Amino acid sequence: MAEIIRDKYGRIIFTKEMKKEYTVLVPDMLPIHFNLMKNIFTAEGYKVELLDNKGANVKQLGLKYMHNDICYPALLVAGQFLDAIKSGKYDVNKIAFIIMQTGGGCRASNYIHLLRKAIKKAGYPNIPIISFNISGLEKNSGFKLTLPIIRKTLASVIYGDLIMLLSNQTRPYEVKKGESDRLIKKWVSDLSKQFRVSKGYGFKQMRENFDKIIRNFSDIKIEKKEKIKVGIVGEIYVKYAKFANNDLEKFLEEHNCEVMVPGLLGFLMFKVDARIQDHLLYGGNIIRNVLAKKLLHFLEKIENAFMEAVEKSRFTQLSAYEHTKPLVNGLIGLGNRMGEGWFLPAEMIDLVNYGYENIVCTQPFGCLPTHICGKGMVHKIKTMYPNANIVPVDYDTGATKVNQENRIKLMLSVAAEKLQNE
Amino acid sequence: MKIGLDVGSTTIKSVVLDSAEKIVYKCYERHFSQITAKAVEMLTNIKNKFKNEAFSLVITGSAGMGMADYSKVDFVQEVYATKVAADKNIPDADVIIELGGEDAKIIFLGQTMEARMNGTCAGGTGAFIDQMSTLLDVPISKMNDLAAKHERIYTIASRCGVFAKSDIQPLLNQGAKKSDIAASIFYAVVNQTIGGLAQGRPVEGNVVYLGGPLTFMPELRKAFDNTLGLKGICPENSLYYVSLGAAYCAKKEVDIDEVIQKLSHYISVSEWNTLPPLFENKEEYEKFVERHKKADVKYGNINTYKGKTYIGIDAGSTTIKAVVIGEEKEILHSVYLPNSGNPVPIIQKFLTELYEKHPDINIVSSCVTGYGEDIIKNAFHVDLGLVETMAHFTAAKYFMPDVEFIIDIGGQDMKCFKIKNGVIDNIYLNEACSSGCGSFLQTFANTLCYSVEEFSKLGLFSKNAVDLGSRCTVFMNSSVKQAQKDGATTGDISAGLSTSIVKNAIYKVIRPSSIDELGKKIVVQGGTFLNDAVLRAFERELGVNVVRPVIAGLMGAYGCAIYAADTANHTGQKSSLILTLKELKTFSHSVKTVNCGLCSNKCRLTVNTFGDGSKYIGGNRCERPVTKRASTGELNIYKYKQELLKSLTPVKGNRGTIGLPLGLNMYEMAPFWYRFFTELGFEVIISPLSDRSIFLKGQATIPSDTVCFPAKMLHGHVKYLMEKGVDAIFYPCMSFNFDENLGDNNYNCPVVAYYPEIIAANMKMENGVRFINDYVGVHKRHDFPKKLAAILSKYYSSIKYSEIKKASDAAFMAHDSYLEKVRAKGDEIIKKAEDEGKRIIVLAGRPYHVDPEINHGIDMLLESLGLAVISEDVLSGKMKRFHVNVLNQWTYHSRLYAAAKYILDKKNMELVQLVSFGCGLDAITTDEVRSILENGGKIYTQIKIDEITNLGTVKVRLRSLLAALHQQEVKNNG
Repeated sequence: MAEIIRDKYGRIIFTKEMKKEYTVLVPDMLPIHFNLMKNIFTAEGYKVELLDNKGANVKQLGLKYMHNDICYPALLVAGQFLDAIKSGKYDVNKIAFIIMQTGGGCRASNYIHLLRKAIKKAGYPNIPIISFNISGLEKNSGFKLTLPIIRKTLASVIYGDLIMLLSNQTRPYEVKKGESDRLIKKWVSDLSKQFRVSKGYGFKQMRENFDKIIRNFSDIKIEKKEKIKVGIVGEIYVKYAKFANNDLEKFLEEHNCEVMVPGLLGFLMFKVDARIQDHLLYGGNIIRNVLAKKLLHFLEKIENAFMEAVEKSRFTQLSAYEHTKPLVNGLIGLGNRMGEGWFLPAEMIDLVNYGYENIVCTQPFGCLPTHICGKGMVHKIKTMYPNANIVPVDYDTGATKVNQENRIKLMLSVAAEKLQNE
Repeated sequence: MKIGLDVGSTTIKSVVLDSAEKIVYKCYERHFSQITAKAVEMLTNIKNKFKNEAFSLVITGSAGMGMADYSKVDFVQEVYATKVAADKNIPDADVIIELGGEDAKIIFLGQTMEARMNGTCAGGTGAFIDQMSTLLDVPISKMNDLAAKHERIYTIASRCGVFAKSDIQPLLNQGAKKSDIAASIFYAVVNQTIGGLAQGRPVEGNVVYLGGPLTFMPELRKAFDNTLGLKGICPENSLYYVSLGAAYCAKKEVDIDEVIQKLSHYISVSEWNTLPPLFENKEEYEKFVERHKKADVKYGNINTYKGKTYIGIDAGSTTIKAVVIGEEKEILHSVYLPNSGNPVPIIQKFLTELYEKHPDINIVSSCVTGYGEDIIKNAFHVDLGLVETMAHFTAAKYFMPDVEFIIDIGGQDMKCFKIKNGVIDNIYLNEACSSGCGSFLQTFANTLCYSVEEFSKLGLFSKNAVDLGSRCTVFMNSSVKQAQKDGATTGDISAGLSTSIVKNAIYKVIRPSSIDELGKKIVVQGGTFLNDAVLRAFERELGVNVVRPVIAGLMGAYGCAIYAADTANHTGQKSSLILTLKELKTFSHSVKTVNCGLCSNKCRLTVNTFGDGSKYIGGNRCERPVTKRASTGELNIYKYKQELLKSLTPVKGNRGTIGLPLGLNMYEMAPFWYRFFTELGFEVIISPLSDRSIFLKGQATIPSDTVCFPAKMLHGHVKYLMEKGVDAIFYPCMSFNFDENLGDNNYNCPVVAYYPEIIAANMKMENGVRFINDYVGVHKRHDFPKKLAAILSKYYSSIKYSEIKKASDAAFMAHDSYLEKVRAKGDEIIKKAEDEGKRIIVLAGRPYHVDPEINHGIDMLLESLGLAVISEDVLSGKMKRFHVNVLNQWTYHSRLYAAAKYILDKKNMELVQLVSFGCGLDAITTDEVRSILENGGKIYTQIKIDEITNLGTVKVRLRSLLAALHQQEVKNNG
């Protein structure tokens, strides 16, 4: 049995012994991306499982052990962990949790602390919780992000983005239902195999894979139908996680829509860029700024490879990160960096420009940054782009599906009318 | 024929059109949650009326979605249906305002159609008016007539029924007229609709009013007209627009018999999350009843009793309770009466009857508690007043001397307190949220046409109780709507509501880290626990058998009576001062409302005058109108800060005027920017401390109705500055704040940091005002002048860098000097309080809580209770950085932790945390501040504030804290 070692403030360190013995549980946010990442870590010798448990009990547990006014995503994630503990599926002495810690002025950077409090309150003070971050926020001897792991992780982000984009533009038009989903499975498995033998994340191989994936999806037989084009944006977790947004993508696809969900890479670039913007606006430490610039440049190279590949195909893609900046000129400042910041309205405008004029802006009830950069910007965006048809929707344990769907249906009615008149 | 069927949250409407699209039939009925049955009935009527016709059908409405799905009938979203109907019938309409049962909508027509619906918050809807009419004890049909007779309008928060109630109840208790309140409710609805839904788009042109409330209540329309400054129209068929629109959309022919057939089946579909039954069977229930019967008091016969008696009165929010006890604490007589607004005549009647039936009664002492404490005490010369929490504790001890936890759920308030070592250790009150309380259950029962007793009985054996979660009433309303949609029975809903009351109490108000924290010795009381379903749900949630005294509803009054007896025994009092029969005969009570002119708050006072000439004044925020003495403010740092801000007066300069909106972080940044721009030669105009009128100025431009009140306030300040005609308004974005070396980082909260963006994107600058909201970083002092020079050069060409450098230095000095002044004054207050032996309260919040409209004068209330008031920033400077269990990354919040830690070993200091409703960060800080205090043996007190203007609850809270501290002291000294 691995010994429990704590740092001077009492945080449990995830040790090398734990790496061997423990199962690390990860809350799922984006199935394609996260499955790829899971497989990377499994290949590195970790025991990893994605949590996709859902239902009323998860929410109830979240409510029970978290402050009820905390953000919906935090509540759900805590609920998933607690539900997993209580499920009996795991040896509670041999599990650990992991969550992403972004840092920044939003409440989200506090999730890990709140989660620790909640798990302790529930009577499990010995379960280690690992912070997944690249800013060096908390150190763990048994969990180290080596360069290859980081590069593979970034590769899974871009593969995930690509597969998500392609499948969203294929699935609604499939002649034979289920083909896109089958391809998703195939590629997650193929790419994971490549990673295992240290392949698939160099630029050359990435480009090759991109082309193959695109070709595969292009080969799916489709029939062109008139569909309402809807973009999904919002707070990162509720935008992506099915469990949080009551499977919004499925709901929209059932209502004759083609969905565009902007990828994860842009968000990462935005987060890295935030430091550079801070430096531009306020001055300060140059060295950290240089590092951020290097990282951003590397991400831009990945993005570029992705865009070149899609460019050659029939699929629609959104603008490169850098090109979204001018879109918010006169709308919101690039210093707006907490949560989704200026990048959220930029995504909305970008979607409008690419024909996805109908937009669902998902936000957790009472989410602080999206008060500003989500809901707060809708009015002005509509003035600037009269054809934009945006509906902000709140997600919460108390908000009912019927109310959310009702609001979305209104947006869809307007969209359908426009589609008819065209 | 075309049928449009509109299934709303409270009503069903249908319209039938002939081939020429003329209305040949229409029907409007309340469905009392029997949605599918009513829909089937309506369709059957239509079918029978138009035999042998072919029909096309479209369903619409918020509760119709599931029905349409199930029966494979076309569905049209209701706003869209409204638009379709309006396009046909009123083509020149610009804006539609439609209020329904639980929905409120503004639809902007014209080039870009935009529809705004109330989101997760249902304030300002028909249901809200319903709820208020129940509270006023006036049938809904009379509300309009009442409102027509109004003389004045009170400010009532309508953001949610809960807040409004807390505004209305004290008005009633203070004797305000129902007609004025009815009209005020209408205006509250108007403000809510416009404030919540217009979101910056002006409501102008041809305005159309639709929906039930606006059709049936001309006074409500008038309130809209007056507020909007126009004359809207309420067209023919204004009730039926949604169904009419749906009918226009009906294209596909349907087999009406098949649809009816399908819908009849729909009733049996159950999809909601269910809870286990409260009781499996009759036997289990009877055992339960038997067990609870044991917790009872002694009774005596008042007709034969000869000794001393003591009266206890509990003038609660919805009911009035009174008991007469004897020397053995036996109950001789008790009453439990509904409080239909004014408690005075009820007590008058109670006392008169008591004297008339028992002329020889020997009343030795009396005591009153509850919302109506002050007015009853003054009106009838009751000997003692007791804060509610103490009254309940006193009574609970009688049943369980070693009680560890007491939970009292009344009409609209919930009080829980933990007892440690025989003193009240912690108090939990429901602030600004009454969803877990009895009146909620009552309102619900009434809308479904049941008495609350019948309603809860229906749930006892329900097999499919609906899981409604544990959130606010508004959310529950829509959860109920969903369950109804899915076919839940009234019993299922009743059981669900009882359970959610309990969950709300536990998880929202008490929020224990584990259930064990409440202890095993629990007494439950308050009228709501007389309800067996609630009691059962509570025991089940806790897994403990609790004591519910048979007199659960009388506990406050009983506690008062015991307190009166104990006090009289202690002091040797022989006879009560309470009015005699003779005095009661000549008793009279009149009410007058006046505006207090003693300070800028201009509180609306209700002056109660009684027969003997004595007066009671309500509605005041401070003691000034009562004592005629201004509070000196000597021991109040909030007052001092306000004075400092007021001293920043404009100095004429050669560069024109610049305005600073006094809100959020500007409360602390004002001295900085004032100095900076004054130094540069600008005439700096700072908007004044907020009042209601400033808030109203800006409310139509607020895009997010769930953002905190301090943020909403900013819109008014910006508007004020525009009206002042300043050349420019300076309100910069600030991701970062000053680094005070207390935490891991020095961020501002996202709302504080970026609210200027909201102003820029949602408010139109008038009169050529320039709005400057660039990103600045005061945390990088070295780079600051350079960056500011670049920013200002975009707007002003003539400012030299050297000038900016000089101004920056002066600004940083001004900021330091401001903080120093505050600290020095704070130290002075601490010293003075120590000398005078006064307790010091650290009223801890954010800089903007200094705003009198935001803090509602809580600082003055504390002062009037004989306390000295300082703020967190007085103490935080005395602390070094230390470890907390959260990421300590916001400058303002780091101060809270530091202040909490500082007072742990200070005997005469207590901390009260002010929390703005909707403040996300405080979900983190409150828990951490609480744990710092409690680990150090201090009582944690939190006060949630919002638009709400009533200080009643706050006062209970603070008095309870004082009583608990007093008790602790007595205990420690003895």
